[in-house]
Amino acid sequence: MDVLLDNTDIFVRGFRNTLLLFVFSAAASLVLGTVLAMLRVSPVPVFRAAGTAYVTIVRNTPLTLVFFFFVFAFPLLKIISQDDYTPFIGAVIALSLYTAAFVCEVIRSGINTVSPGQMEAARAVGLTFGQTLGSVVLPQAARSVVPPMISTMIALLKNTTVAAGFSVVEAGAIRDYLSERGESVLVGLLWVAFIFVILVIPLTLLQRALEKRWSVAR
Amino acid sequence: MSVNTALFDFPGPKARIRHRIYAAVGVIAIAALLGFVIWRFADSGQFDARRWEWIQYEYVQVALVDALVNTLRAFAAGAVLALAFGAILAAGRLSDHAILRVPAAAIVEFFRAVPLVILIFVFHYGFSLGSPFYSVVLGLMLYNGAVFAEIFRAGVLSLPRGQSEAAYAIGMRKTQVMNLILLPQALRAMLPVIVSQMVVLLKDTALGFLITYKELLDYARYLGGIAEFGRPLIPLTIVVAALYIAMCLLLTWLANYLGRRERRSEKHVEHDDRLEKQVEAV
Repeated sequence: MDVLLDNTDIFVRGFRNTLLLFVFSAAASLVLGTVLAMLRVSPVPVFRAAGTAYVTIVRNTPLTLVFFFFVFAFPLLKIISQDDYTPFIGAVIALSLYTAAFVCEVIRSGINTVSPGQMEAARAVGLTFGQTLGSVVLPQAARSVVPPMISTMIALLKNTTVAAGFSVVEAGAIRDYLSERGESVLVGLLWVAFIFVILVIPLTLLQRALEKRWSVAR
Repeated sequence: MSVNTALFDFPGPKARIRHRIYAAVGVIAIAALLGFVIWRFADSGQFDARRWEWIQYEYVQVALVDALVNTLRAFAAGAVLALAFGAILAAGRLSDHAILRVPAAAIVEFFRAVPLVILIFVFHYGFSLGSPFYSVVLGLMLYNGAVFAEIFRAGVLSLPRGQSEAAYAIGMRKTQVMNLILLPQALRAMLPVIVSQMVVLLKDTALGFLITYKELLDYARYLGGIAEFGRPLIPLTIVVAALYIAMCLLLTWLANYLGRRERRSEKHVEHDDRLEKQVEAV
């Protein structure tokens, strides 16, 4: 307990940055993932191919490698000025691009669970594409999208800790500061693990509750 | 053809022209994006011959293969141990006795909730296990073991109830039902899912980089800083990424192949969709 109470400043700072990383990357990956999902269900083959290529490449690349590229290698390309480019920004870019591929797959498989009959019926009564999607497909798809989306976001929250290896001060980096102060690193890390359990378990419970509820409704 | 043609009407002549225009715009946009990236790479000298020279040196090649072997070693050890740990946890979770079921469930929930990085740090910095290899393998074993336990459990539970009821009806014991009836069928259904989780495990070996395990990324970082080769960090990232993608695609292909073969097989059993849900949840 002492390790936590004596070093509250580090823990608060670490987890605040973890949550900031999470919020920024979650927002960016949801937007990018939705765009990718739109590409993947588009009637134009080129867009579908581009979406598939992105998802295939990113899903088969380790997150650490994506971080490696955006923190160490990306500044060498001099696309944006190096003064503005902090490891934190690199971490947000890496997490967003990585998670977007998974968000895309969740949304796409959600759209695919809506039976084609629903869409055909909507077309048959004369709804436009926008109406079909907005009033028929998406409300039904949401039921099968939201629970796995929560899982994806849990994974994102846990993945933010990878940034610890790339000089971003977040929950995974609390260890460095504790060992500098000569505190017990083991106890500190167990506290970090415990706080993650507290953060993740409610989300897991929410996900299961929604899954159960909506699988009955179908 | 598109996966969900029902979203769209069958394209008429006008729609086809429109699609062709979209396609042309899309090709131009994608080509422009790729072109910009390649131009940036080339402009900052990443494609200069000097930055790729390292690939010709034998000792570099040998070291790169060594790093690859280290990655695969962590993968192999982690995978075997995770499967064993997962089997034990799954047996606990499926037990009829609450005294086994509850702790097993708690362990699974705990290791699924804690980030793998923190687990690896606990072993490496907390317990000071010495060689980073042990920390990486232990972390992979605990986290993926918990995931495998859920996969095994879902696989067994997704079998039709009639299977176990029939086995009990002809007088089999609990262990016999599990070993002779449920597991052989569940394993067939689970195999593709297990292999997909192996892809995750392989990707996660890269976390060893954070605790200086001598794997691919660690070597890329080291060689990428050598001035003699012009600090070829980006060429190395490209090569390492290609290696990882190739290995993962190979495993993904294996998973798909096993899945297709299983569905075609005469022994295929219709299980409910809980297994697929489980996969998405992982």
